Amino acid sequence: MFPTPIQKRSQAAQLTYQSFLPIALILWLLPLIAVAVFSIKPDSDFTTGNYWGWPSSFEGFANYGKVFFESDMPRYMLNSVFITVPTVIGAVALSCMAGFALGIYKFKSNIWIFFMFVAGNFVPFQILMIPVRDLTLDMGLYNTIPGLVLFHIAFQTGFCTLFMRNFIRQLPFELIEAARVEGVAEWRIFWFVVLPLMKPAIAALAVLIFTFIWNDYFWAVVLTQGVESQPVTAGITSFNAQYRAAYHLMSAGSIVAALPPVIMFFAMQKHFIAGLTLGAVK
Amino acid sequence: MTQAALPDTHAASGGGRSWYRRNEIAITPWLFLAPGVLFFCFYVIFPIFQSFNLSLYAWDGLGEAEYVGLRNYGELVNDRAFEVSLWNNLKWLLLYLLAIPAGLFIALFLNQTVTSIRLYKSLFFFPFVISQVVVGLVFTWFYDPTFGLLNTILGWVGLGPINVLGDPTLVTYGIIAAGLWPQTAYCMILYLTGLNAVDPEQVEAARLDGAKGWRMLWYVIVPQLKPATFIAFVVTIIGALRSFDLISIMTNGGPFGTSRVLSFYMFEKALSEYGFRMGYGAAIAVVLFLIMLVFIAYFLWSMWREEKVR
Repeated sequence: MFPTPIQKRSQAAQLTYQSFLPIALILWLLPLIAVAVFSIKPDSDFTTGNYWGWPSSFEGFANYGKVFFESDMPRYMLNSVFITVPTVIGAVALSCMAGFALGIYKFKSNIWIFFMFVAGNFVPFQILMIPVRDLTLDMGLYNTIPGLVLFHIAFQTGFCTLFMRNFIRQLPFELIEAARVEGVAEWRIFWFVVLPLMKPAIAALAVLIFTFIWNDYFWAVVLTQGVESQPVTAGITSFNAQYRAAYHLMSAGSIVAALPPVIMFFAMQKHFIAGLTLGAVK
Repeated sequence: MTQAALPDTHAASGGGRSWYRRNEIAITPWLFLAPGVLFFCFYVIFPIFQSFNLSLYAWDGLGEAEYVGLRNYGELVNDRAFEVSLWNNLKWLLLYLLAIPAGLFIALFLNQTVTSIRLYKSLFFFPFVISQVVVGLVFTWFYDPTFGLLNTILGWVGLGPINVLGDPTLVTYGIIAAGLWPQTAYCMILYLTGLNAVDPEQVEAARLDGAKGWRMLWYVIVPQLKPATFIAFVVTIIGALRSFDLISIMTNGGPFGTSRVLSFYMFEKALSEYGFRMGYGAAIAVVLFLIMLVFIAYFLWSMWREEKVR
C-alpha cells in the first residue's frame, strides 16, 4: 500500500494525522459551511454587518419555510424531477440496447458506431445549440419539459452507451454462446441472460445521469424560459433576482436546489463511485 | 415424388420466419441499435453539420438567412472579444489541469485506514455532486469584497480587500479556482480507486530496493495509475472547454467582457440581448469544436489502440 500506512509510523505522526484530517476537511468545505451558516441566520444579521459572527438567533425554520412556501422553488424542484426521471429511464433503456448490440455482436461497422457515440459525447454543447433550439421550436416543444427531456435522452445516450458497452464486454461471453447453442432467440438472450447481469451498471448509470441532468444549467437556459418548465438550476437565478441581497434566503434556496443529487450520492455511494471510476483500473 | 416435394413446401411455408432465423445474428444488433443511433444522429450528429453550414450565413433566427461565405470567419480574426475569449480558453485549459496533481495529492493524503476514513473520503468528494450553479453562487459570496470570507481572512493578516470578480486581470483566475474545486474532487476519487488497485508486491519490492517518498511515487506508483490519469485528463480537458455555468453565474462575462470564454461568447452572440447573430455564433462554435476535435481525435486514437491490444 502506498503511502505507508500511518499505523506503521510513530505515535506522534498518527496523532498529527488524526487531528489534521478534520482541519483539512473544514478548510476544503469552508465555502459550503459558510453558506450553510448563512442559511440559518436572521435577516437582521446582514443589515448589522454580522456576517461571520455567531447567528444572533436561529432562523433556519423561517428561512427554509419561506423558500418552500412563499416562492416558486417547489415548482422548480418538481420541474427538475419531471425532467430528470424520464431522462434517466430513456437514456438507460436506449443505451442498454445499443450497448448490448455493440458489446456482443461482431460486425464491420461496430467500432465506428461505437466511436460515433464516444465522439458525440465529447462535443462542446455550443455546436449543437442553435440547430437543437431550432429543432425544438419547429416541433413546438420549446419551453416545454418534453423538449428538454428528448434532447437530454439523445445526448446522454452517447455516454451511457460507452459505459454499457464496456461493461458488457467484461461479462463472460460463454454464457451467450451457451444460450445460442440451446437455440435461445437473440432478444431472449438480451432479456433473460444479459439484462439481469447488467443491474449494477444500470444502477450506476441511473445515479450518474440523475446527477448530471439535475445539475444541467446550459440546456435549461437554451430550451426553456419560464417557471412552468424551467428546472431548479435555472430557477435559482430568478429566485435570487427576487430576493436580491437577502443572503439568508439565497443560501437556503441554493442548499435546497443542491440537495437531491447529494442525497442520491450518499444513498447510492457505491454505485455512484463505481460508475464514475469505470476504466480507472485495469 | 411426394417425398421429394415435402421439404420444398416446408421451406416455402416457413419462408419469412426462417429467413429471419437464418440471419438472426446479423440483423439483431441493428434492431437493438436503431432507436439509440437514430435519436443520437437526429439530436447530436446532424446538428454538428447544420452548425457548420449555418456558420456560412448571416441569420437573425427569424427572417431569411443570407449566404455570406466565409465572411463570419473573416470578422472573427479582427474581433477583440473573440481574441480575449480564446486566450481565456487557453488559461482554462492549462490551469484546469492542476486538478489532476491536486486530486492525486488529496488521494494520497486520504489513502489510509483510520476510523471513519470512508466518511472523510465522501465528504471530500462532496463538491463534485453539487451543481455548478450553486458552486458559482457559493464562490461569488466567498470572493465578495465587502463581506466575503476571502477578504475577511485577508483582513486578519493585514492585506487590503481585493475584488477578485471585479478586477479584469484576476477575474478569470478567480473563476478557474472555483471550477478547480469540484474538478479536483473528481480527480481525487479517480486516483483513490486507482491507488486501491496498485500492486502491493511491486511496492514492497521497490521498498526493499530502497525506494521511498517522491521517487517511489514517480517511478512505481504513478506508472501504475496510468488508466486513472488518462480518464482524469479526458474529463478535465472536456470540463475546461465546456466551462459556461460558472462564468454565466459569477460574472456574466464581465467586467468589460474580460472573463468570457468561447462557449460563453458564442451564447452571448447568438441568444442574449446583444443580438441574435446565429451565423456568427455558429462560426464561434465551429472554432471551439475544432479545438475540441484535436483532443477527441487523440482520445479516440488511444481507445482504438487499446481495442486492438485485446
